Amino acid sequence: MPHRTFFWFFFPSGLAMLMFIGLPIISSFFQSLHIEPEQILMEVEKCDPFGCKTETKVDIEATNKLQEEQPLGRFNGLGTYGDRNHLAFDEIKEAWTNSSSIAEFTDILLNLPFYKALLFTLTFCFAVTPPVVVLGFIVALSVNTITKSLKGPTIFGVILPMIVTPLIGSLVLFWMIDAKGILGSFIQFLFDDPNLSLKSSSQLTWITLIIYGIWHNTPFAFVVFYAALQTVPQDPIEAAIIDGASRYERVRHIVIPHLYPVATFIILICLMDNFRVLEPIIGFAAEGVAQSLSWMIYNDLRSENKMLFGSAGATSMLTIIGVAILLTPVLIRTWREFRTER
Amino acid sequence: MKKLLIALLFSFVSTSAFAGGHSPCGVTDGSIKILANEFTTYRIFMDEVKSCAGPSADFSVTHSVDHNKLQVAALSANPAEFSAKLVTNGSITTLMNDNLIRPLDDLVAKYGSALQDNQKIMIDGKIYAIAFMANAQHLWYRESILNDLGIAVPSTYEEVIAAAEKIKASGKMANPYAGAFKSGWNLGQEFVNMYLGHGGDFFKAGTAEVSVNNANGVAALNMLKRLTEVSNPDFLTQDTNAVKEEWESGNVALMHIWNSGAASLLDDEGDQMIKADTRLAPSPSVGGGMKPATTLWWDGFGIATNTSDENAEASFRALLGAATSTEMANANPNATIWLIDGYSPGDTAGPVVDAANRGATPYPSLPYMSLLHGALSTELVEFLQGNESAEKALADVEAAYVAKATEQGFL
Repeated sequence: MPHRTFFWFFFPSGLAMLMFIGLPIISSFFQSLHIEPEQILMEVEKCDPFGCKTETKVDIEATNKLQEEQPLGRFNGLGTYGDRNHLAFDEIKEAWTNSSSIAEFTDILLNLPFYKALLFTLTFCFAVTPPVVVLGFIVALSVNTITKSLKGPTIFGVILPMIVTPLIGSLVLFWMIDAKGILGSFIQFLFDDPNLSLKSSSQLTWITLIIYGIWHNTPFAFVVFYAALQTVPQDPIEAAIIDGASRYERVRHIVIPHLYPVATFIILICLMDNFRVLEPIIGFAAEGVAQSLSWMIYNDLRSENKMLFGSAGATSMLTIIGVAILLTPVLIRTWREFRTER
Repeated sequence: MKKLLIALLFSFVSTSAFAGGHSPCGVTDGSIKILANEFTTYRIFMDEVKSCAGPSADFSVTHSVDHNKLQVAALSANPAEFSAKLVTNGSITTLMNDNLIRPLDDLVAKYGSALQDNQKIMIDGKIYAIAFMANAQHLWYRESILNDLGIAVPSTYEEVIAAAEKIKASGKMANPYAGAFKSGWNLGQEFVNMYLGHGGDFFKAGTAEVSVNNANGVAALNMLKRLTEVSNPDFLTQDTNAVKEEWESGNVALMHIWNSGAASLLDDEGDQMIKADTRLAPSPSVGGGMKPATTLWWDGFGIATNTSDENAEASFRALLGAATSTEMANANPNATIWLIDGYSPGDTAGPVVDAANRGATPYPSLPYMSLLHGALSTELVEFLQGNESAEKALADVEAAYVAKATEQGFL
């Protein structure tokens, strides 16, 4: 394709991407460099059913005036990025000089909100993605071999977890794993421990969330693998059958190499999706023990006070950087493959 | 304090008619869109608002337990998503900070002749909200279980724990105590109660500088920890509504929840055996203190700044009609403690009046309190799970608060 044709072909989508993805990112970045203007406080008399007393209140007029002068708020540079709720440079420096062992330092580090959230987010990403790829592949292979009449209903059943809205899916499971729910009491019966509760400890909650993640994401891998399986050339497979290759050998030496690029694609999308994990945390009421980067943004924008736009913007930027770092190896690999094919 | 008592004791003596003034009900112009918390008493109140608004009114109400998280975003938009919001002494401050609710003096002058003075929430001489009920958290117990084991009704948290341990040892219940410990607002509130019960102050007087990492804070946390040890192991996922379900399933013999819970716990649905056995008791004190470890709350309504005057008037009229409805109050005397003129308190009002008498403090309405409450909501979990010391948890709370308050411009 000549460059000129390509340009005009790409132009509309490029423009849309710039408007709906590029500009919001730039705007978030600018917002993250600012904090709210100073709040001016005043003492006023306040009366309610419990009596009157003098209390502090925000001086709305004075504060609004400041707000009008600086609609974006006070410029804070990269201050928000470095504060305790984000990268926490000062706290880390202090921990490094004061802690006597690496274990103690790690403890302090993982107690900081951003690193705590990062640990869960990464754990979730790397615990969910590989099983999703493997399971998705196995399910696709199995569905591919069943008779035509059963294929439709089976495919529908398999992709059901993806159809269910994540929040609803996790809420349904949340009640099922309750100590009195069907899964919860079955697990208690299985381990013969009437006090076992999946919601009570951090580790079990993490495992529950990861299992939910696998359950929810496998259909996506299945759909892509299943589509790709339809493109596997039949000639080499027939040749292999004639040569006496077993089913395992055919899959290992013909199907898997053919599906390699597809697997890379699935890993890419899954990592990206799982890095943004949010809904299951809300659905499973797991905010206390499992916080992700997206949850931090959500919490800044939906806490019970003025929305912390600066803080949310900073976390968003850090999330974008995180996704970029995470995807680099996969992207480099894809680029190399692209070069060699040429 | 006194005002509440006077209101309760004398409210049924006088029944004033709509002397002068316009009758508020039967709204025809403007639309009424209300955001409210979700619990039975509010449902009763909203039914009355709807019937006051009348059949031709454009009326809708959104009940959500996340109302506090929605309110700022929903009312900041212009025009606002809602024309009115049910507020409490906790949530009104946030709305006041951003000038999201309007003064109501002119509307009160026009329609509010049936209002009692203590219903008017005055800030700096202007009326910003109309209160219609008072609420507080207090102790609830199952009489037969305490009687069977010869346990006296606990009046301190130390006795609550002793009682819970005795019930546990008897094998009647595995987790006899319940409180709303769900990580988030509820957990923060439990700490607020316990800290005030120990006589603590959240801020250095007159400043936004936090001070909770002290002996009172540690004692409050340790008490919470001991309570969670006699609670359902899933306590971090249980909010007030979940605790009520536990109670109605008969899994719990002692709990510390809202007085307004009576509306659903003492209704005709559910296990009537448990209902007949349910008793209300004053909120316990803690650590040798005199004050009960609870906070006093009023619930009322405010009208959005960013809505048209027409919608504001329509919403005010409908809400005011319910907030002055003696019939609604007397038809549901146990749903809560109504602040409405002519209301005769039911037999569930005792614990709240008791809390007021014994000097319980109203929930602090300081502009930066919600930031501290938010920090408490997330930073206490690790301590309750046993992964962190109390001092460390409180230091984390302070650090998280400082970072947020700095960004908000309070420090």
